[in-house]
Amino acid sequence: MNIVVPIKLVPDLVEELEINDEETDLDRDFLSFRINEFCDHALEEALSLKEAHGGTVAVIAIEREETDKVLYTALAKGADRAVKVTGVDEAASSHEAAKAMCQVIGGMEYDLVLTGVQAADDRDGQMGVLIASYLDLPHVSVVSDVEVKGDLIAVHKEYAGGVMAAFEVAPKAVLGIQAARQTPRYAPVSRVRQIMKEAELEEVEAEDGGVTSGSTVRRMYTPEKGEGAEMLDGSAEEVAEKIAAILNERKG
Amino acid sequence: MGNDVLVVAEHLKGEFTDVTFELLGKGRELADATGGSLTAAVLGSSVDASALGAADKVVGVDHASLAEFNPETHLAALVEVVGHVDPRVTLVANTSMGMDLAAGLSVRRNAPLVAYALDVKVEDGSVVATSQLYGGKIYAESVLDGDSGIVSVLAGSFPADAGRKDGAPAVENVPAPASLDGARVKFTGLVEPEGGDVDITQHDVLVCAGRGIQSDENLPVIEELAGALGGAVCASRPIVDNKWLPKTRQVGKSGLTVKPKVYVALGVSGAPEHLEGMKDAELIIAVNTDETAPIFEVAHYGTTEDLFDLVPALTAKLK
Ligand SMILES: Cc1cc2nc3c(=O)[nH]c(=O)nc-3n(C[C@H](O)[C@H](O)[C@H](O)COP(=O)(O)OP(=O)(O)OC[C@H]3O[C@@H](n4cnc5c(N)ncnc54)[C@H](O)[C@@H]3O)c2cc1C
Repeated sequence: MNIVVPIKLVPDLVEELEINDEETDLDRDFLSFRINEFCDHALEEALSLKEAHGGTVAVIAIEREETDKVLYTALAKGADRAVKVTGVDEAASSHEAAKAMCQVIGGMEYDLVLTGVQAADDRDGQMGVLIASYLDLPHVSVVSDVEVKGDLIAVHKEYAGGVMAAFEVAPKAVLGIQAARQTPRYAPVSRVRQIMKEAELEEVEAEDGGVTSGSTVRRMYTPEKGEGAEMLDGSAEEVAEKIAAILNERKG
Repeated sequence: MGNDVLVVAEHLKGEFTDVTFELLGKGRELADATGGSLTAAVLGSSVDASALGAADKVVGVDHASLAEFNPETHLAALVEVVGHVDPRVTLVANTSMGMDLAAGLSVRRNAPLVAYALDVKVEDGSVVATSQLYGGKIYAESVLDGDSGIVSVLAGSFPADAGRKDGAPAVENVPAPASLDGARVKFTGLVEPEGGDVDITQHDVLVCAGRGIQSDENLPVIEELAGALGGAVCASRPIVDNKWLPKTRQVGKSGLTVKPKVYVALGVSGAPEHLEGMKDAELIIAVNTDETAPIFEVAHYGTTEDLFDLVPALTAKLK
């Protein structure tokens, strides 16, 4: 089973996000990026499928400040190949990113493409489904269980309320992973450092894919506060006192 | 062309989902405001469309391979319906099913797509959609190019009642595309959740553990607070993915929707997928060290105290 995992890097949501002066995008000067949480799950699922059934795992990511680190980390976790895609705009849409990924995937031998089901910045749709559509492959997204059944791949797709639909799909196919069967593994820093000395990242320069998101952001903003919560200040003791009073009033 | 609006009707286990009516209500409003008509796309096998009275008509594909949702067959059939109706805007739910349709439709129709929408309107002939991005921390207003676009709308963005109207609209079926017979994706069954120890939808008081609790070793502290309040512990998705609590405790898009009298969110950021399951709770109290966490937008009271300081103090006061 040969698996390709196109990885999206997204701004770290723990840090404060600033908006540019034109109010059309994030202020990208001070952003720090990290692997999209769901892509980490896709990578984990790919690695555990490889461990169980053999084959290879190739990861691809578009060049950003932190891409090398993310790709070396994937190699340290057990991926066999890592490709960095250069020449794609910082603010590329999902359509553009998917097209660039397809240029690399198109030249690879693979059975499955596993992507993160979604990312925090895909304003124009989820990259995995776009990749599937450009490659004319079947896809299932919101997948939380992947199992090899002979020539077929059996998956569970999550609906609301814990209900899931079971599907079987013949490779080649694209799966949008919601959660790997196990918690994504951790690569020790020492192992990542060692890989950085031993391994090399492949580099591919993207050609213009000829696609756009088809829409323009005319205003980006942080949602208005004020209508939101009444904030309770003070020490932990004082805040606890206030919350207890609110709760007791409700009960009474 | 013109100003017609198409709503993709989503159905599961023989019933249209709530979000279908949310979209129909919004679709009706958009069609009326622009002088267009409202069509519902029904992809299925002998579906009873009599609940879709808010639409002027139904355009569907009727085929055995569409009886249950299937990402491949439903997309192929939807492409036919959109080609036939040629709407100004197609509204798709940003749900598990809708996610498998919207982006594929965008590529196949070469039409713009705006996802994660909370609102959509038509302004001077342009479709404008407001998306919730970056875990709910940022909103973006996008203007769609061209004269036929797709907007995928987050569930819970519009009232469902506005789209609930009985009355059987005229149904027109378009021919099923040949590809439906040779689909590479096969639906093999629905898997129901295992019954849990606790039914969180039945509790008046819920204390929600988010990733901020850091470790399952800290669950007892959360349980003690729930105990002092006479409530139950529920969780955000990462807690369940880590198997610290069973799936039946998960609140949100792929978990349960709850409407308790009191909801205390501890270390929960308030991602759209979580809010979808709890924003209608009567009283929401959020504890999160990040003052910009979106949970504070739906909470009634909030504090940026560290939950590890606050929770024991609160439990002590309630005992
Ligand atoms: C298709 C799909 C369906 C999904 N369905 C669901 C669903 O049903 N339910 C769900 O919950 N999620 C769902 N998600 C996941 C969702 O996108 C978020 O990833 C998830 O809700 C985040 O959980 P969290 O808030 O606990 O974690 P995080 O987003 O990591 O937030 C943790 C928070 O804890 C705070 N914190 C950290 N330490 C402390 C401290 N000591 N004291 C106080 N605060 C602290 C941090 O500031 C942070 O805001 C779904 C995602 C997808 C793609």
